[in-house]
Amino acid sequence: MTTKTLTTSVAGTRFLPALFAVVLGLGVITLTGHVQASALHAAAHDVRHATGFPCH
Amino acid sequence: MTCVTRLAFPATKRMFSRILTSALFAGAAAGVLTALLQLLFVQPVLLHAELYESGALVHFGGAAVSAQPELPGFDAVRDGLSIVFTMLTYTGYAFVMVALMSMAEGMGQAISARSGLLWGLAGFITFHLAPGFSLAPEVPGVAAADLLERQIWWTATVATAGIAMWLLAFGGTLLSYAIAIALLLIPHLVGAPGPSSFTGPVPTEIGALFAARAFGVGLAAWTLLGCFCGYFWQAEGARDT
Repeated sequence: MTTKTLTTSVAGTRFLPALFAVVLGLGVITLTGHVQASALHAAAHDVRHATGFPCH
Repeated sequence: MTCVTRLAFPATKRMFSRILTSALFAGAAAGVLTALLQLLFVQPVLLHAELYESGALVHFGGAAVSAQPELPGFDAVRDGLSIVFTMLTYTGYAFVMVALMSMAEGMGQAISARSGLLWGLAGFITFHLAPGFSLAPEVPGVAAADLLERQIWWTATVATAGIAMWLLAFGGTLLSYAIAIALLLIPHLVGAPGPSSFTGPVPTEIGALFAARAFGVGLAAWTLLGCFCGYFWQAEGARDT
Protein backbone atom coordinates (compact mmCIF):
# COMPACT_ATOMS: atom_id res chain seq x y z
CA MET A 1 0.00 0.00 0.00
CA THR A 2 2.80 2.37 0.94
CA THR A 3 4.66 1.67 -2.30
CA LYS A 4 1.56 2.18 -4.36
CA THR A 5 0.79 5.51 -2.74
CA LEU A 6 4.34 6.76 -3.32
CA THR A 7 4.43 5.74 -6.99
CA THR A 8 1.09 7.33 -7.72
CA SER A 9 1.99 10.57 -6.00
CA VAL A 10 5.43 10.89 -7.63
CA ALA A 11 4.00 10.46 -11.13
CA GLY A 12 1.12 12.84 -10.41
CA THR A 13 3.41 15.31 -8.68
CA ARG A 14 5.44 15.83 -11.82
CA PHE A 15 3.02 15.19 -14.62
CA LEU A 16 0.04 17.41 -13.83
CA PRO A 17 2.00 20.60 -13.03
CA ALA A 18 4.19 20.04 -16.11
CA LEU A 19 1.16 19.53 -18.33
CA PHE A 20 -0.47 22.68 -17.00
CA ALA A 21 2.71 24.72 -17.49
CA VAL A 22 3.11 23.46 -21.08
CA VAL A 23 -0.48 24.42 -21.90
CA LEU A 24 0.03 27.84 -20.29
CA GLY A 25 3.30 28.35 -22.19
CA LEU A 26 1.85 27.35 -25.54
CA GLY A 27 -1.08 29.69 -24.85
CA VAL A 28 1.28 32.61 -24.26
CA ILE A 29 3.30 31.76 -27.39
CA THR A 30 0.12 31.58 -29.50
CA LEU A 31 -1.01 34.93 -28.15
CA THR A 32 2.27 36.76 -28.73
CA GLY A 33 3.20 34.94 -31.94
CA HIS A 34 0.11 33.99 -33.90
CA VAL A 35 -3.14 35.73 -32.94
CA GLN A 36 -3.99 38.28 -35.62
CA ALA A 37 -6.19 40.70 -33.61
CA SER A 38 -4.99 44.04 -34.95
CA ALA A 39 -3.92 45.60 -31.62
CA LEU A 40 -1.94 42.46 -30.77
CA HIS A 41 -0.48 42.27 -34.26
CA ALA A 42 0.66 45.90 -34.14
CA ALA A 43 2.20 45.56 -30.68
CA ALA A 44 3.97 42.28 -31.40
CA HIS A 45 4.86 43.08 -35.03
CA ASP A 46 8.62 43.62 -34.70
CA VAL A 47 9.02 40.71 -32.28
CA ARG A 48 7.17 38.34 -34.61
CA HIS A 49 9.48 39.24 -37.48
CA ALA A 50 12.63 39.02 -35.37
CA THR A 51 11.61 35.74 -33.72
CA GLY A 52 10.67 33.99 -36.97
CA PHE A 53 6.88 33.78 -36.62
CA PRO A 54 4.86 34.13 -39.84
CA CYS A 55 3.56 37.68 -39.46
CA HIS A 56 1.71 39.15 -42.44
CA MET B 1 -7.83 6.78 -3.68
CA THR B 2 -8.91 9.95 -1.87
CA CYS B 3 -6.02 9.33 0.48
CA VAL B 4 -3.54 9.26 -2.43
CA THR B 5 -4.84 12.51 -3.85
CA ARG B 6 -4.55 14.23 -0.50
CA LEU B 7 -1.02 12.98 0.02
CA ALA B 8 0.06 14.09 -3.43
CA PHE B 9 -1.57 17.48 -3.37
CA PRO B 10 0.93 19.59 -1.36
CA ALA B 11 3.81 18.09 -3.35
CA THR B 12 1.98 18.79 -6.61
CA LYS B 13 1.36 22.35 -5.56
CA ARG B 14 5.01 22.81 -4.61
CA MET B 15 6.11 21.35 -7.94
CA PHE B 16 3.76 23.64 -9.82
CA SER B 17 4.95 26.77 -8.04
CA ARG B 18 8.56 25.68 -8.61
CA ILE B 19 7.91 25.37 -12.36
CA LEU B 20 6.06 28.67 -12.47
CA THR B 21 8.62 30.63 -10.46
CA SER B 22 11.68 29.34 -12.29
CA ALA B 23 10.03 29.84 -15.68
CA LEU B 24 9.02 33.41 -14.84
CA PHE B 25 12.52 34.35 -13.70
CA ALA B 26 14.24 32.59 -16.61
CA GLY B 27 11.82 33.92 -19.23
CA ALA B 28 11.99 37.50 -17.99
CA ALA B 29 15.78 37.48 -17.73
CA ALA B 30 16.38 35.87 -21.12
CA GLY B 31 13.57 37.96 -22.64
CA VAL B 32 14.94 41.31 -21.61
CA LEU B 33 18.46 40.48 -22.84
CA THR B 34 17.03 39.15 -26.10
CA ALA B 35 14.94 42.28 -26.56
CA LEU B 36 18.08 44.42 -26.21
CA LEU B 37 19.96 42.26 -28.73
CA GLN B 38 17.04 42.48 -31.14
CA LEU B 39 16.77 46.25 -30.80
CA LEU B 40 20.49 46.60 -31.37
CA PHE B 41 20.98 44.17 -34.26
CA VAL B 42 17.64 43.19 -35.82
CA GLN B 43 15.49 46.32 -35.54
CA PRO B 44 17.71 48.57 -37.70
CA VAL B 45 17.55 46.01 -40.53
CA LEU B 46 13.77 45.78 -40.13
CA LEU B 47 13.40 49.58 -40.20
CA HIS B 48 15.60 49.72 -43.29
CA ALA B 49 13.37 47.15 -45.01
CA GLU B 50 10.27 49.13 -44.08
CA LEU B 51 11.57 52.10 -46.07
CA TYR B 52 11.29 49.87 -49.16
CA GLU B 53 8.01 48.30 -48.03
CA SER B 54 6.43 51.76 -47.72
CA GLY B 55 7.96 52.99 -51.00
CA ALA B 56 10.07 55.70 -49.32
CA LEU B 57 13.03 54.03 -51.02
CA VAL B 58 12.82 52.22 -54.35
CA HIS B 59 15.17 49.45 -55.40
CA PHE B 60 16.23 49.43 -59.10
CA GLY B 61 14.19 52.57 -59.62
CA GLY B 62 16.81 54.17 -61.89
CA ALA B 63 19.03 56.22 -59.59
CA ALA B 64 21.32 54.38 -57.17
CA VAL B 65 20.02 54.29 -53.58
CA SER B 66 22.32 54.71 -50.59
CA ALA B 67 22.75 51.55 -48.54
CA GLN B 68 23.05 53.69 -45.39
CA PRO B 69 19.85 55.73 -45.20
CA GLU B 70 18.87 57.65 -42.11
CA LEU B 71 16.75 55.36 -39.95
CA PRO B 72 14.22 56.31 -37.28
CA GLY B 73 15.81 56.12 -33.79
CA PHE B 74 14.45 54.61 -30.58
CA ASP B 75 10.66 54.81 -30.44
CA ALA B 76 9.53 54.56 -26.80
CA VAL B 77 6.09 53.07 -27.52
CA ARG B 78 6.97 50.79 -30.41
CA ASP B 79 10.26 49.53 -28.96
CA GLY B 80 8.84 49.43 -25.42
CA LEU B 81 6.07 47.13 -26.65
CA SER B 82 8.68 45.02 -28.41
CA ILE B 83 10.57 44.60 -25.14
CA VAL B 84 7.38 43.57 -23.30
CA PHE B 85 6.35 41.13 -26.03
CA THR B 86 9.82 39.60 -26.29
CA MET B 87 9.76 38.99 -22.52
CA LEU B 88 6.28 37.46 -22.81
CA THR B 89 7.28 35.23 -25.71
CA TYR B 90 10.39 33.94 -23.96
CA THR B 91 8.40 33.41 -20.76
CA GLY B 92 6.03 31.24 -22.80
CA TYR B 93 9.02 29.26 -24.09
CA ALA B 94 10.33 29.02 -20.52
CA PHE B 95 7.06 27.50 -19.23
CA VAL B 96 7.38 24.74 -21.81
CA MET B 97 11.10 24.20 -21.22
CA VAL B 98 10.97 24.12 -17.42
CA ALA B 99 7.95 21.79 -17.49
CA LEU B 100 9.89 19.38 -19.71
CA MET B 101 12.96 19.79 -17.47
CA SER B 102 10.88 18.71 -14.48
CA MET B 103 9.75 15.61 -16.37
CA ALA B 104 13.34 14.84 -17.42
CA GLU B 105 14.51 15.23 -13.84
CA GLY B 106 11.83 12.76 -12.81
CA MET B 107 13.45 10.35 -15.29
CA GLY B 108 16.81 10.78 -13.55
CA GLN B 109 18.37 13.49 -15.74
CA ALA B 110 20.46 16.16 -14.00
CA ILE B 111 19.20 19.69 -14.64
CA SER B 112 21.60 22.61 -14.19
CA ALA B 113 22.66 25.82 -15.88
CA ARG B 114 25.27 23.77 -17.69
CA SER B 115 22.94 21.09 -19.04
CA GLY B 116 20.55 23.96 -19.75
CA LEU B 117 22.88 24.94 -22.58
CA LEU B 118 21.88 21.77 -24.45
CA TRP B 119 18.22 22.40 -23.63
CA GLY B 120 18.61 25.88 -25.09
CA LEU B 121 20.14 24.50 -28.29
CA ALA B 122 17.29 22.00 -28.60
CA GLY B 123 14.78 24.81 -28.04
CA PHE B 124 16.43 26.97 -30.68
CA ILE B 125 16.30 24.14 -33.20
CA THR B 126 12.67 23.38 -32.30
CA PHE B 127 11.17 26.86 -32.28
CA HIS B 128 13.44 28.88 -34.56
CA LEU B 129 15.81 26.94 -36.82
CA ALA B 130 13.47 24.08 -37.84
CA PRO B 131 10.57 26.28 -39.02
CA GLY B 132 12.98 28.94 -40.32
CA PHE B 133 14.91 26.44 -42.45
CA SER B 134 12.07 26.48 -44.99
CA LEU B 135 10.10 29.50 -43.82
CA ALA B 136 13.05 31.90 -43.55
CA PRO B 137 12.70 34.81 -41.10
CA GLU B 138 10.98 37.46 -43.23
CA VAL B 139 11.58 41.17 -43.39
CA PRO B 140 8.43 43.26 -43.79
CA GLY B 141 7.48 43.55 -47.45
CA VAL B 142 8.53 40.15 -48.77
CA ALA B 143 6.18 38.05 -50.86
CA ALA B 144 4.72 35.12 -48.92
CA ALA B 145 1.95 32.53 -49.03
CA ASP B 146 -1.36 32.79 -47.16
CA LEU B 147 -0.72 33.56 -43.48
CA LEU B 148 -2.91 30.80 -42.02
CA GLU B 149 -1.25 28.15 -44.20
CA ARG B 150 2.17 29.31 -43.02
CA GLN B 151 1.05 29.34 -39.38
CA ILE B 152 -0.25 25.76 -39.69
CA TRP B 153 3.02 24.63 -41.31
CA TRP B 154 5.02 26.51 -38.66
CA THR B 155 3.07 24.88 -35.81
CA ALA B 156 3.34 21.39 -37.32
CA THR B 157 7.09 21.82 -37.89
CA VAL B 158 7.69 23.06 -34.33
CA ALA B 159 5.68 20.11 -32.96
CA THR B 160 7.56 17.49 -35.00
CA ALA B 161 10.96 19.10 -34.29
CA GLY B 162 10.15 19.22 -30.57
CA ILE B 163 9.29 15.51 -30.46
CA ALA B 164 12.43 14.79 -32.53
CA MET B 165 14.70 16.68 -30.12
CA TRP B 166 13.19 14.82 -27.14
CA LEU B 167 13.75 11.47 -28.91
CA LEU B 168 17.35 12.40 -29.81
CA ALA B 169 18.06 13.38 -26.20
CA PHE B 170 16.21 10.65 -24.32
CA GLY B 171 15.13 7.99 -26.85
CA GLY B 172 18.24 5.88 -26.53
CA THR B 173 17.37 3.34 -29.24
CA LEU B 174 18.20 3.21 -32.94
CA LEU B 175 14.51 3.22 -33.77
CA SER B 176 13.93 6.41 -31.79
CA TYR B 177 16.85 8.13 -33.57
CA ALA B 178 15.46 7.04 -36.95
CA ILE B 179 12.02 8.40 -36.06
CA ALA B 180 13.63 11.66 -34.87
CA ILE B 181 15.53 12.14 -38.13
CA ALA B 182 12.39 11.41 -40.15
CA LEU B 183 10.41 13.93 -38.07
CA LEU B 184 13.09 16.57 -38.67
CA LEU B 185 13.17 15.96 -42.44
CA ILE B 186 9.50 15.43 -43.34
CA PRO B 187 8.20 19.03 -43.01
CA HIS B 188 10.97 20.24 -45.33
CA LEU B 189 10.46 17.43 -47.84
CA VAL B 190 6.75 18.24 -47.89
CA GLY B 191 7.75 21.89 -48.22
CA ALA B 192 6.58 25.12 -46.63
CA PRO B 193 3.82 27.16 -48.29
CA GLY B 194 5.56 29.68 -50.58
CA PRO B 195 4.43 32.67 -52.65
CA SER B 196 3.15 32.09 -56.20
CA SER B 197 5.26 34.96 -57.51
CA PHE B 198 7.97 37.29 -56.19
CA THR B 199 6.70 40.78 -55.53
CA GLY B 200 8.92 41.90 -52.64
CA PRO B 201 10.39 45.39 -53.06
CA VAL B 202 13.15 44.87 -50.46
CA PRO B 203 16.76 44.41 -51.71
CA THR B 204 18.06 40.88 -51.24
CA GLU B 205 21.03 42.18 -49.20
CA ILE B 206 18.63 43.45 -46.52
CA GLY B 207 16.59 40.25 -46.52
CA ALA B 208 19.70 38.08 -46.15
CA LEU B 209 21.14 40.22 -43.35
CA PHE B 210 17.79 40.14 -41.56
CA ALA B 211 17.59 36.32 -41.65
CA ALA B 212 21.19 36.00 -40.47
CA ARG B 213 20.65 38.47 -37.61
CA ALA B 214 17.34 36.87 -36.58
CA PHE B 215 18.96 33.42 -36.38
CA GLY B 216 22.06 34.75 -34.59
CA VAL B 217 20.09 36.61 -31.95
CA GLY B 218 17.74 33.62 -31.70
CA LEU B 219 20.64 31.28 -30.93
CA ALA B 220 22.00 33.65 -28.28
CA ALA B 221 18.50 34.05 -26.82
CA TRP B 222 17.85 30.33 -26.57
CA THR B 223 21.21 29.44 -25.03
CA LEU B 224 20.59 32.17 -22.44
CA LEU B 225 17.07 30.84 -21.85
CA GLY B 226 18.32 27.27 -21.43
CA CYS B 227 21.00 28.30 -18.93
CA PHE B 228 18.59 30.49 -16.96
CA CYS B 229 15.90 27.76 -16.90
CA GLY B 230 18.43 25.21 -15.62
CA TYR B 231 19.82 27.65 -13.09
CA PHE B 232 16.50 28.82 -11.66
CA TRP B 233 15.09 25.28 -11.64
CA GLN B 234 18.06 24.26 -9.46
CA ALA B 235 17.88 27.36 -7.29
CA GLU B 236 14.13 27.03 -6.68
CA GLY B 237 14.60 23.34 -5.83
CA ALA B 238 17.35 24.14 -3.34
CA ARG B 239 15.09 26.72 -1.71
CA ASP B 240 12.29 24.15 -1.32
CA THR B 241 14.37 21.59 0.57
